[in-house]
Amino acid sequence: MRETVHNPLFHVVRRGVIPAWRAWLIRGGAILLSLVACGLVTTAVTGENPLAVYVTVFNGSFGTSRKFWTLLQNVAMLLCIALAVTPAFKMRFWNIGGEGQVLMGGLAAAACMICFRNSLPNGAIIALMVVSSILAGAVWGGIPGFFKAKWNTNETLFTLMMNYVATQLVAYFCVVWESPKGSGQIGVINQSTELGWLPVIGGQRYLLNVLVVLAVLAFVYIYLNYTKHGYEISVVGESERTARYVGIKVEKVIIRTMLLSGAICGLAGLLLVGSTNHTLTTTIAAGRGFTAVMVSWLAKFNPIWMVATSFLLVFLERGAGEISTNFGLNQSFSDILTGVILFFIIGSEFFINYRICFRRSTEREG
Amino acid sequence: MFDILSFIPRAIVQGVPLLLGSTGETLTEKSGNLNLGIPGVMYVGAIGGVIGAFFYEQSLPSPEAIVPALAVLIPLLCSLLGSLLMGLLYCFLTVTLRANQNVTGLALTTFGVGIGNFFGGSLIKLAGADVPSLALSATSGYFSKSLPVSSAFGKLFLSYGFLAYLAVIIALAASYILNHTRTGLHLRAVGESPSTADAAGINVNRYKYVATCTGSMIAGLGGLYYVMDYASGVWSNNGFGDRGWLAIALVIFTIWRPNVGVLSSFLFGGLYILHMYIPSGMNLAVKELYKMIPYVVTIVVLIITSMRNKRENQPPAALGLAYFREER
Amino acid sequence: MDNKTAAVKMRNITKTFGPVVANDKVWLDIYRGEILALLGENGSGKTTLMNMLSGIYFPDEGEITIDGKEVVIRSPKDAFDLGIGMIHQHFKLVDVLTAAENIVLGLEGKLDLKAAAEKIRSICDAYGFEVDPNQKIYDMSVSQKQTVEIVKVLYRGADILILDEPTAVLTPQETDKLFAVLRNMRDDGKAIVIITHKMHEVEELSDRVAILRHGQFIGDMPTKKTNAQEMTNMMVGHAVTLNIDRPEPKDARPRIEVKNLTVRSIDGILKLDGVSFTANSGEILGIAGISGCGQKELLESIAGLQPVESGSIEYIEDDGRREQLIGKDPLSIAQMGVALSFVPEDRLGMGLVANMDLADNMMLRSYRRGKSFFTDRKSPKQLAEDVVRRLDVNTPGISTPVRRLSGGNVQKVLVGREISSAPTVLLTAYAVRGLDIHSSYTIYDLINKQKAAGVAVLFVGEDLDVLLELSDRILVLCGGKVSGIVPGRGAKKRDVGMMMTKLGGDRQHA
Repeated sequence: MRETVHNPLFHVVRRGVIPAWRAWLIRGGAILLSLVACGLVTTAVTGENPLAVYVTVFNGSFGTSRKFWTLLQNVAMLLCIALAVTPAFKMRFWNIGGEGQVLMGGLAAAACMICFRNSLPNGAIIALMVVSSILAGAVWGGIPGFFKAKWNTNETLFTLMMNYVATQLVAYFCVVWESPKGSGQIGVINQSTELGWLPVIGGQRYLLNVLVVLAVLAFVYIYLNYTKHGYEISVVGESERTARYVGIKVEKVIIRTMLLSGAICGLAGLLLVGSTNHTLTTTIAAGRGFTAVMVSWLAKFNPIWMVATSFLLVFLERGAGEISTNFGLNQSFSDILTGVILFFIIGSEFFINYRICFRRSTEREG
Repeated sequence: MFDILSFIPRAIVQGVPLLLGSTGETLTEKSGNLNLGIPGVMYVGAIGGVIGAFFYEQSLPSPEAIVPALAVLIPLLCSLLGSLLMGLLYCFLTVTLRANQNVTGLALTTFGVGIGNFFGGSLIKLAGADVPSLALSATSGYFSKSLPVSSAFGKLFLSYGFLAYLAVIIALAASYILNHTRTGLHLRAVGESPSTADAAGINVNRYKYVATCTGSMIAGLGGLYYVMDYASGVWSNNGFGDRGWLAIALVIFTIWRPNVGVLSSFLFGGLYILHMYIPSGMNLAVKELYKMIPYVVTIVVLIITSMRNKRENQPPAALGLAYFREER
Repeated sequence: MDNKTAAVKMRNITKTFGPVVANDKVWLDIYRGEILALLGENGSGKTTLMNMLSGIYFPDEGEITIDGKEVVIRSPKDAFDLGIGMIHQHFKLVDVLTAAENIVLGLEGKLDLKAAAEKIRSICDAYGFEVDPNQKIYDMSVSQKQTVEIVKVLYRGADILILDEPTAVLTPQETDKLFAVLRNMRDDGKAIVIITHKMHEVEELSDRVAILRHGQFIGDMPTKKTNAQEMTNMMVGHAVTLNIDRPEPKDARPRIEVKNLTVRSIDGILKLDGVSFTANSGEILGIAGISGCGQKELLESIAGLQPVESGSIEYIEDDGRREQLIGKDPLSIAQMGVALSFVPEDRLGMGLVANMDLADNMMLRSYRRGKSFFTDRKSPKQLAEDVVRRLDVNTPGISTPVRRLSGGNVQKVLVGREISSAPTVLLTAYAVRGLDIHSSYTIYDLINKQKAAGVAVLFVGEDLDVLLELSDRILVLCGGKVSGIVPGRGAKKRDVGMMMTKLGGDRQHA
């Protein structure tokens, strides 16, 4: 060692196995850190005591029973769309078209409510709404699925563009069905007759949505983990060549899965139009199609964990919304906070998959 | 009557933000990074310029004291700085921490749009205007300044602000760099096969960082052009709309070639405003359908390129994948 | 040799990947004007060690000195600057770029492809290579790609060359040419390391041999002073017999009849051209040929994975009934009652799902069983446990993802699954590639047991010695045509080698 040798200060090594509890500990730590960061950002912007900020965030979701039900409703809808896109993601099909598929489902539901209000009884209208919205969502998801299967057309951009086509279609019908004339909006559909409104269960307006989504959760969980279809999805996602080798028809699986993915999105559209809003606007999905991508990914495509991740994101969004209202900030503040939190969680995956080795310490050990 | 002479310049001004956005994204994708955060980056680029211009205008004792060079430079630098930071954030997460690019990109878009609208909204409040928008006409005037010509030729070719010409120059330069220089060769290798580039002694991470950050800054200029020139310095929340996503679609439309992007972006710009030129009489609803055209066209192009399946027309082979040298 | 100074000294080199110790305090000296054969079984850490010299990996511990000076190699660029160049087993080339663009990749200065092409031509002339600087890599054959790799290293003025299993993809003729070039370079004073596990190459080419076993340095010696048996002993730790069992086939009768099979790749290139042969039950039909001569397409056509242009593939049942396999996918072939098993070349990319555990991988073949919408998880678990026990698979448990297993154990899992369904036809492609000698013999044994059970085995192999010892008959392919079918017993290696590169008359239509 006559000459000084410059060793790298540290280098990065891929981890072998990490126990699940440690992985979730790291993710939990990242969430905590992100909350601290959000608190600091908010304090910096509002000059408010950080503790007060957290109290406000908490109140945003649990302040009143109304807020709590709104939270539940939002979690349910986000979870529903996340569950919808998950089978596609497990297949490595990047469906970011949840937004459009939801819109199409909502459009179909609204169409049934409007077109048959004078000709069919309530029960028949609701049945038609269920069928048509699920079909509409499935078609909207199936189209990019078909082209992916046949010609390997890039699904990320295809589904993205389908969102805008759906938005414009809805915009078109918003003008066609506008009420009152000239408003460019549909307004509450069948306000007096409540035709096509999904039933209210137990006196709670949002309970139906929550229950339906719980059923979807159970369905998707079982579908992915215990059925032959679910197994085929995993194999296709992991390796298309293996799938072909064992005789799985990859094209069929892609199209079938995208039909399912779209169908569940369509169902979400039905719930939003038939139960939550009783109207149709172009922003009815409210960006959930994109947030759902993150919900699904953060939960590692595990439906059960998605309950937690969608709850977390909605909780923070409502909290940030509450901060905005209370401190007189712009509503977009919540987008910034959501972004900050996501960056922390996204970044934390690194520490789950990799380990940093400091050169000197290893030498001492050796 | 279809007024082609007014249509083309309007198509071009619509196309410029798309051109800048897609050139930036092409450079980024050539390094193997699929940055779906471009829409957010463009918002930040726009609001950066707005913030710079706003505080510069506020600092002036009177509107006459404005210095042209500063009126352009301050918003320009603020915009570049903002989009650079966004690019760095994306790189840190995807290159250094090797996070999933799709998710990071979407989060970046949420974040960037949030930043744009939050600061935009705050500035509107600060300015105390009674309309929900902010007008920076003084500085904007320098961005949209063009040669005073009135002939048809002048209208078609010389009637734009300097950023429009800059956009074309950047696109052509990017094309030249990619195809005819060593830097471009190395960049293409990084996007095609990072392990090969690495084994050849190319610093993969540095190329990814530089390409992605440069790409972000170029895309950010698209946002700046939109607000300072196209929108005459008027910021309104969500005004930029979905142009960021169209810019990403345009990358595919141009099969990763910035020089092709020049004309394609103007074509896209035309499609974007076509609904205003198609006579539809009293039927307002149909206009909404016409607005679908650019998206439908993108889908058609997407399908056609995937059907033709030519080797040279494929995306960079390592697009969307994180690189780790010691991966086994 | 003692008076030479070592060009490279590696001392106490240790490298771990997670729990796996790939190199454990390895010492190695490399001299100029000498060809060093780095010998060891797969997984013995040869490639890892050389990757640390070429800057791909960074050692956890240990020192490297070049010409007596201690150095730190952090990246491939550092390695180039020290004159070290490595030709990787998996070529490091960018497909969509031209040869010249690939060769100048990573260098500095203004991009001048014309000047580069000039320099490439002069290097080619000096050593007798042929490279078209403007040809795209995706248009090249493997041997052309390898040439580009070598030129790339020389272009950079490397004088320490490392070649990782360079002959795996070459014909015997191409190998001879390569060896001649390597000898030229040695005489030029360059230091050359060739990683291999083919004993005859060591004996033919190298001046000195260094042996690794399980990541540890076992020893080195001049090649002249040792022999194949001693080297094998050092590689595997104890003496092994090189004999492979070959029982006489019993009750052989036609099982698969292929007639005039013609296959084109997606790009329209003729991959199989009028191939005809019969595979018998209770017999191992070896398939010899250089890589890319159509073996893969042949097996995949039979397995129903490859679109066929013309010809026929008939499965003959015990009672003489015939079933046409062409036009059927793997699913419908299975539904016809044809028990066909296939051990593909790419184990983790095709035969198994790397990220799934053993039990789920067992399910790949059987998950469709039953009418239920749900999967049966119990029997795959039992099968996995069974395979682990019977084939002695080294794994922490059946819920371990197969990507965590070593190559030999991965192959045992795959072969175990494929033979568990009691096949009548077994297709294997490079069944022992990358396996250590011990695992290889386990696999030969399993294949022989299948043969004894009356299975028609098609064995595609790359090691001619193994083919000659294992097969009852050998089908030799050359450029997609059958250049001959010879009995395995008594076949001469040289003859088969010749047939692999040159058609033997008109026999392809026989």
